[in-house]
Amino acid sequence: MVFDYEQSVALADVPVLPVEDLRRDVLEQIRGGGRLLALFGLPGDGGTGLCAIVAHSGERFLRAMRTAPLTRYVSLTPDCPQAHLFERELWEQWDIRPEGHPWLKPVRFVPHGCLTATPGERPGPAQLTHYRVDGEEVHEVAVGPVHAGVIEPGHFRFQCYGENVMHLEISLGFQHRDVERRLLSGPHPVHARLMECVAGDTSIGHATAHATLLERLAGVTVPERANRLRRLGLELERLANHTGDLGAIAGDTGFLPTSAWNGRIRGDFLNLTAEVCGNRFGRNWVCPGGVSVDVDAELCARLFDRLRHCWRDVREAVKVMFASASVMDRLEETGEISAETARTLGLVGVAARACGLARDARFDAPLSCLPLCETQIRVEKGGDVLSRARVRSRELADSVDLACTDIQALSHSEGAICQPLPDRLPAGRLAVAQVEGWRGEICHVGITDAQGRLACYKIYDPSFHNWAGLEAALRGQQISDFPLCNKSFNLSYCGHDL
Amino acid sequence: MSPLTAYLVQFVLALLLAPLLPGIINRVKAKFAGRHGKPLLQLYFDIFKLLRKGEVVSRSASFVLSLGPAVSLATALCALALLPLGGVTSPLAFQGDFLLAAYLLGLGRFAVILAALDTGSSFEGMGASREATFSALAEPVLFSCLLALACVGGALDLETHLSLSGMLGGRPGTEWLLGRSELLFVPVVLFVLLLVENCRIPVDDPNTHLELTMIHEVMILDHSGPNLAYILYGSALKLWFFAALPAGILVPDFPAWWAQALCWLATILLMAVLVGVVESVMARLRMYSVPRLLGGAGVLAALALILTQIR
Repeated sequence: MVFDYEQSVALADVPVLPVEDLRRDVLEQIRGGGRLLALFGLPGDGGTGLCAIVAHSGERFLRAMRTAPLTRYVSLTPDCPQAHLFERELWEQWDIRPEGHPWLKPVRFVPHGCLTATPGERPGPAQLTHYRVDGEEVHEVAVGPVHAGVIEPGHFRFQCYGENVMHLEISLGFQHRDVERRLLSGPHPVHARLMECVAGDTSIGHATAHATLLERLAGVTVPERANRLRRLGLELERLANHTGDLGAIAGDTGFLPTSAWNGRIRGDFLNLTAEVCGNRFGRNWVCPGGVSVDVDAELCARLFDRLRHCWRDVREAVKVMFASASVMDRLEETGEISAETARTLGLVGVAARACGLARDARFDAPLSCLPLCETQIRVEKGGDVLSRARVRSRELADSVDLACTDIQALSHSEGAICQPLPDRLPAGRLAVAQVEGWRGEICHVGITDAQGRLACYKIYDPSFHNWAGLEAALRGQQISDFPLCNKSFNLSYCGHDL
Repeated sequence: MSPLTAYLVQFVLALLLAPLLPGIINRVKAKFAGRHGKPLLQLYFDIFKLLRKGEVVSRSASFVLSLGPAVSLATALCALALLPLGGVTSPLAFQGDFLLAAYLLGLGRFAVILAALDTGSSFEGMGASREATFSALAEPVLFSCLLALACVGGALDLETHLSLSGMLGGRPGTEWLLGRSELLFVPVVLFVLLLVENCRIPVDDPNTHLELTMIHEVMILDHSGPNLAYILYGSALKLWFFAALPAGILVPDFPAWWAQALCWLATILLMAVLVGVVESVMARLRMYSVPRLLGGAGVLAALALILTQIR
């Protein structure tokens, strides 16, 4: 079933394929340059079947397919590694066993994470086996889940030979809050607030994805002014986080100036967000149907002024960093991933663009028909920490461009900012929302039941795809480079753990 | 004033002022970053605070853990006592005492490494291995520097000319002012050694909280209370020791001991400022580039040695 990404489809129109056909179709699409957007369990009469959604970059159309209820099937992962985490999740949540999966273990290690009526026991985070390299001179380093800094919990297991990392395995799930299950039988007004907590640093991103999904399910078109305001919010979020990330990368190399300046400038960008919606992280900015806050001409003038000011600061701070030979030497060729690996793992966002993959949901699946000015997909070739820093620094300029355009357009116009959604969503429909958050593509998938309530809701933060990229980036690197590589990805723990 | 009193005054001064050096470095870094920074005397406060605190000892650790801080502090003190502070000959000076000083510092490091291994933590093991590697590479560099100094007009004072007091007691200062500019390589090399031995950027990052990248800091993670205070004070003394080495080369002989002492003090404080500047303007080297830095320093030291010979 092929459908336009902006439309919802009736679930009845999605053909029910035998699992072998679904498997063949998905593999064919992936081989043809497609990307697995989602693969999840679709509860229905008599059990849970698979549902897969594949996207092709540069195409408006998504492909959806599903199977009848099943309990086991031949795993996709050996032929299509980017399915690995989806299949582990399927097994954890629905007890559907992908046979032949090379590394089948739970994703979030929730003891009772199963969504079926008879939950099977799953090992908790502490009872887990990790991949192990044996040998006289091989040693294992375990980091976390409690870290030295104030950061989220995650467990990292390094298999080292001296200073060289042979293998890194990352174990997450400590932040699991059962977000997806809370959304079932919605939509409910409080869910918009809940979505802002999926990943606190991507509040606007996830809120926009959720709102867009509900609008597509309901078939509602958002007023243009609301689209402008949403894009302004997303770009401000991107500005703050890219600035912070560049500062953190400088900090990990021990380069003081950019680290200190960017720390401050990130706060300035967050304060701009607070000017509009009252919260530094953009809470209560977006609501289903539009946005909850409007800006007047006076606020626009102030925002514009301060944005130019912050941009001037951050541009200089980043220039200092890239002009320093010692920083460049440190970043170059650290944590390299080839384009091939990135494509195989299905990386998204900054990490994918740094490997030369032109993936940006702002261009592949735009939320509105607002012009994109001079911006383009910022692609670098290297795949190393330097490339990831470069992508960020070039996207800063783009974001300022877009934000300034939007602020000017908003100050000269007026209009509605919200188109209320109907009380009840249409029954039995499927929709997909892709939003380019600052980290990468956020994908939400929702399906309504016969009463128009959400029967299935899937959230894919870019971190879901990219943690595997960090594992790959560390192969054959120095263990002392791990913090730097980690910062250059800057992935979310709670966005992954949900 | 007798030389002994002059020496004792300066030794006490060194003991008192050593914790000021990290304070100066931090203040310079703060200025570069546009911050106000911690108080200059922060390390004094920290040491006094730690001395009053209790201690947490890992169940897997043995007595070796508490041996590390004590030995490293004692050896740093003894090594400092062999230096001709302010150009005044140390009362403990003897022929070849530079070997003793170098290996006293080595012994201190050995004790800290043992203490780190004693905890059984994989982080501390990694830190210990890095520290051992880099210090093994730093040792020949230090000796080539001292050798170059020993080759300069050693015949003047036979009794002490192969001691630290003979090498650094103002003679090199007078010599380079008279045109032996090849001697000026030596303080540059010694400055690099200062950065390496005291775990400063570009070799180590004393401010990082990332265990996987640390060298020295990760080895002392398990120490707390008074033992941590000893380690902090010992490192401050070691920093003073290494900052005093360039002073011994750059400052010439003065007729008045106090004038020379003041010049020494100024040079030592200047070294701290210089460390702060270096830490503010450059990033850390990646781990496997550190031997290249030391190799470069070694080549420079060898060059100085050769040039002193052809004269």
